[in-house]
Amino acid sequence: MNGSRSRHNSKVEKNKKKSLIAPHIAVLPKSGIRDFFELVNSMDDVISLGIGEPDFVTPWNIRESAIYSLESGKTHYTSNLGLFSLRKAICSYMSSDYDLDYDPVHECIVTVGVSEALDLVIRAITSPGDEIIYHEPCYVSYGPEIRMAHGVPVAVKTYEKNDFALDPDDLEKAITPKTKAILLNFPCNPTGATLTYEQTEQIAKIAVRHNLIVLADHIYTELTYGEMTPSIATFLGMKERTVFLHGFSKAFAMTGFRLGYACGPAEIIDAMMKIHQYSMLCASITAQEAALEALRSGKKDMLAMKADYRDRRNVIVKRLNEMGLKCFLPEGAFYIFPNITSSGLSSKDFATQLLMKKKVAVVPGTAFGECGEGFVRCSYATSMDGIKEAMDKIAEFLKELKAGKKKK
Amino acid sequence: MNRNEMRRNILRLLGEDGRLTAKDISERIDVPAKEVQAEIRRLEAENVIIGYRAVFDDSELPESAVKAIIEVKIRPEREGGFDKIARRLSKFSQVSALYLMSGGNFDLQLEIKGESLNDVAQFVASRLATIDGVLSTSTHFLLKKYKESGKLMQEEEDHERLKITP
Repeated sequence: MNGSRSRHNSKVEKNKKKSLIAPHIAVLPKSGIRDFFELVNSMDDVISLGIGEPDFVTPWNIRESAIYSLESGKTHYTSNLGLFSLRKAICSYMSSDYDLDYDPVHECIVTVGVSEALDLVIRAITSPGDEIIYHEPCYVSYGPEIRMAHGVPVAVKTYEKNDFALDPDDLEKAITPKTKAILLNFPCNPTGATLTYEQTEQIAKIAVRHNLIVLADHIYTELTYGEMTPSIATFLGMKERTVFLHGFSKAFAMTGFRLGYACGPAEIIDAMMKIHQYSMLCASITAQEAALEALRSGKKDMLAMKADYRDRRNVIVKRLNEMGLKCFLPEGAFYIFPNITSSGLSSKDFATQLLMKKKVAVVPGTAFGECGEGFVRCSYATSMDGIKEAMDKIAEFLKELKAGKKKK
Repeated sequence: MNRNEMRRNILRLLGEDGRLTAKDISERIDVPAKEVQAEIRRLEAENVIIGYRAVFDDSELPESAVKAIIEVKIRPEREGGFDKIARRLSKFSQVSALYLMSGGNFDLQLEIKGESLNDVAQFVASRLATIDGVLSTSTHFLLKKYKESGKLMQEEEDHERLKITP
């Protein structure tokens, strides 16, 4: 009797010690600057250069299509892969704008934002212990997404001296027998970096040589201000190993619709479809209808927004360099990643003090990887007036910082 | 940037905001301010840029309290076609805009401003309709303005937006 009770007790004890959270989730880093985000969100009258989404409201024709689809009673599930009409439109857009031919039946899936597409493809291809290489500084979810799929994230640094382009040699050095895939995001959040044709070609050759899958996150590609580098999927031997990830959020100012897609080899799309089918079923039909309109007649508005971004980029790069925060002229996305080491502050201190003293919000570079130390991300997806005011205030902030140092 | 591109960019930017200085434009398109200034002068001299004015809700101005669009059917002249009479009509200060139109049952569309209904009616009846070559007129009074020159009279409401997003 006694014996069995004590056994029972020890079992309870053991259960108590057991964590409620799975180990691979427990180890996920909580963003170190979470407290900073909360501080910004608690303050009023902040001019924010910290927003990673277009400041434009979705063009009206797109919103109107969403409304019309609701009015006409389109409120049901769609095919798991997404509306066939939308997949056809996506594939013809791929063909006309990216010179890539995909079959809408087997090689295209519509997802809830490009975030879901990325999650699906990483889960579809990763066995426990597989390494996936990506470049840092980068979008915050790459590392955690890989970990959640029981993979091993391998970050390759990119450097200011290369305008934050991925050096193919650095990439090749990171490859091991366990490497499964390379994840690329150019134009890049948070640096605005792009790859040249030659760099892309070299990376393609590396992928072929080592038999790796390439995940190409093209979410900012429409927002390329110089000449657009062709997708890595267009290079020799690449289409069969590349998953092209894209969405409507940035180019068409549709972040809140949450609509993305992936195009790639039928085998991978089919595996992604299984996960999507069991976890998400399908993307919202309203968003899909809106996306269809975006592809059919959203180009003019998209180009007008792009022209605005380009103007702002020129203004913000000039001002930042004038005040001693060195930065290159990025050819894509809507971010500037200036070097702030001349201020003598760390990224986090710079961002926090700028916020407290001048009510201007920028994101510390360390939010995008440790190698972001010494930099901050300034988004120019905000009005020209806001940008100009923010630039004046950052200049004041630096001046006061200098004066303060002299006094000491 | 070649000159044509610069001209297009200057027009695009001034078309959005006529208050932009040459320096403002120079910063946006990355062309020296002097070159922008010179190009603006040329555009003005060539009458490509005709003028600068604010876009505003003028419903409170008494002299433009009433607006109307008037469709005018005219008899083209043997020499000068529609132009001669259209130019003549466009010189009236009451006429704020005038277009030659395709289709429909009329040739010219005029926009008229006046202090009162009577004022506008008077102008149409005693000046416009009596001009030799004007065959008929049809007057439509404007009740409410929702949009002008690409600007909404009532901006969309602001929404809650995160101040920081990755």
